[in-house]
Amino acid sequence: MVTIINYGLGNIQAFYHIYTQLNLPVKIASSVHDLSEAKKIILPGVGSFDWAMNKLNNSGMRYTLDQLVLEKEIPVLGVCIGMQMLAKSSEEGELPGLNWIDGVVKRFDEQSLSSKNPLPHMGWNSVNPVINHSLLTKLQDPQFYFLHSYYFLPSVIQQKVASTHYGVEFTSVVVRDHIMGVQFHPEKSHRWGIQLLKNFAEL
Amino acid sequence: MLHPRIIPCLLIHQGELVKTRRFSEPQYVGDPLNAVRIFNEKEVDELIVVDIDASVTGREPDFKLISNLAAECRMPLCYGGGVKSPEQVEKIVGLGVEKVAIGHAAISNPQLIKDAAQRVGTQSIVVVMDIKKIGFPFSKYTVLTQNGRKVTNLSAVTFAKQSQDLGAGEILINSIDRDGTLAGYDFELVDQIRQAISIPMTVLGGAKDHGDISSLISRYGIIGAAAGSMFVFKGKYRAVLIQYPTRKEKEDIMIKANFNYLPG
Repeated sequence: MVTIINYGLGNIQAFYHIYTQLNLPVKIASSVHDLSEAKKIILPGVGSFDWAMNKLNNSGMRYTLDQLVLEKEIPVLGVCIGMQMLAKSSEEGELPGLNWIDGVVKRFDEQSLSSKNPLPHMGWNSVNPVINHSLLTKLQDPQFYFLHSYYFLPSVIQQKVASTHYGVEFTSVVVRDHIMGVQFHPEKSHRWGIQLLKNFAEL
Repeated sequence: MLHPRIIPCLLIHQGELVKTRRFSEPQYVGDPLNAVRIFNEKEVDELIVVDIDASVTGREPDFKLISNLAAECRMPLCYGGGVKSPEQVEKIVGLGVEKVAIGHAAISNPQLIKDAAQRVGTQSIVVVMDIKKIGFPFSKYTVLTQNGRKVTNLSAVTFAKQSQDLGAGEILINSIDRDGTLAGYDFELVDQIRQAISIPMTVLGGAKDHGDISSLISRYGIIGAAAGSMFVFKGKYRAVLIQYPTRKEKEDIMIKANFNYLPG
């Protein structure tokens, strides 16, 4: 059962629709009670760092999620701001992150970006695997939709599973064991996104 | 590498999909959710949906419809129409919409751009400007509100700059003079705004065919090329047909624009 965390932001329904159409069991969790059958967890999100952290911290699910992910080692996929929340902290906010993967969230350095690379990084871009990982299997020349001005910088370089180029090379997929994050929006990335979500369900 | 975006823009009037000409003569095009399903199959880059009644009648955005659209979309969605408060922006993003376009309300209260960006992040705030060239003999690109019914004293360039400074993540340039005319994009207008701002922008109004999109990309590189008529009508009698460039056609558009395109 893929369980999508509904803490008040992100495209819950789009994830739900994709899994329903794939005939894969899926559930939306809005309270601790809904988390009991979780075998996979998706942490979606659109928004700013502190706003998202506040919402999750006040959702009533935060403590149980920590337990499920850190103690029971249930696979989790953070999406967009959901990926950034896996970090220790973010330059976008003051609240601490989940700290599930050692790393920080940084803003793209506007000085080093050329005028051809405005912020936010918005649109379809290539995702280049640097390590073989089953999350990225069966993806041919993957293109995904990005919408962000901040990116995840993992402390352990081996946790960078795929990178994307936008003025600089940044981590677009991060994996630490069963904890995964993608900077792009698979729920809004047509065939590539559907395949990635299928891969996650089948891990 | 990042690609330019080719974006259908859909207008909603009384719950139905319509297409206008110079902001009037709305013509029935179909059902919004059905159109989204067709655009899913065609793998469009992004979709803009504007409720053209909401800001005129002063009613709230139709959250039920927005939620249905967001759930159906397999591509990023930008919603506009009747958005007046940071709370509404927050709610719409919470329904699963990636970007919220603010027009009228941002013009009467520019602080809204800043307040909304603080909650949902600048990446999700789009400022949309409906623009008309006004004045004689020294005409100037001017921002209009209420679906082109009300003329403001704001210059498009000044307001684009101000929006960027307040935290807009994107500017949507909508040319009233070109809307539905198939006369091509207004490069003079885009030139002026491009020089004033550095954030991403999307241009709407006038595109007739793939050649117009190529010309826009050739001139500006990474940009959003939006269009209404060319994605919903076919032929001079404006027969309703939802269409979008195939992958091959998209590749040709980029090649013609001299954009170094790696087909996805």
